[in-house]
Amino acid sequence: MALNVLMFYLLSAVIVICSVLTITTTRILRAAFYLLCVLVATAGFYFMVDYQFMAGVQLVLYAGGIVVLIIFSILLTSHISHKFAKPEAIRLAMGILVGLGGFALSTIAILKYAFTPTANPAIKVDMQAIGLQLLGTGKNGYVLPFEVISILLLAAMIGAIIIAKKGK
Amino acid sequence: MLEGIPITHVLIVSAFMFFAGVCGFIIRRNMITILMSIELILNAVNINLVVFNKYLFPDQLQGHFFALFVVGIAAAEASVAIALIINIYRRLSSISVDKVNEMKY
Repeated sequence: MALNVLMFYLLSAVIVICSVLTITTTRILRAAFYLLCVLVATAGFYFMVDYQFMAGVQLVLYAGGIVVLIIFSILLTSHISHKFAKPEAIRLAMGILVGLGGFALSTIAILKYAFTPTANPAIKVDMQAIGLQLLGTGKNGYVLPFEVISILLLAAMIGAIIIAKKGK
Repeated sequence: MLEGIPITHVLIVSAFMFFAGVCGFIIRRNMITILMSIELILNAVNINLVVFNKYLFPDQLQGHFFALFVVGIAAAEASVAIALIINIYRRLSSISVDKVNEMKY
């Protein structure tokens, strides 16, 4: 088996096992750690498809930002060795039913569809191409979502500070 | 780096991650683990977008940019959600979703 296929199966084994462990473990800090493993494996997958900028953003924002934020909030709101109660049986049955049913439906749809790649030649994804498109104004230009998301991030920052502020 | 990995394998892995997130969202009673399940769902969607861009449309970058903006919005949404969770914890001393059942009058 070629080495990149082996790498892909290793990464997807990490993703599959750690995502199941995230939703079924009884200790909250271990759930955060398994989420970190899933996010790092996803970044590894982005490195495999040669999207290095996307992988870097994933590592910095998700693994280094959101997971740290989640661990902070765990330490602020509950005891660190807090163990969950088991969910009641009807909720567990409904959750597993929805999960497995949806996964079966998606797998059948994926296997039946005929994916046809386009015939155009591939472009090289380097920082020059990403920068020109991110701030471009013509076709395939993304300057409008870029400005809008900066306003969104400002609003989220102000909102989070006001909501979590202590006192009246 | 992609020879030998058909697109359906990657899509099945991301579908599994998506439905693991949906299942965790339904099962869990703690607000922070519900937030973690939402992050799993968003990551699965990101893998889908990147894979469709790389395999089916390698001459464009639309999936790449869509995934980039999804990561940015997920960061903003996670920070506001955690601010709300901290505020709820100050009032109710609990972060179980069963306890949040009254509207303030």
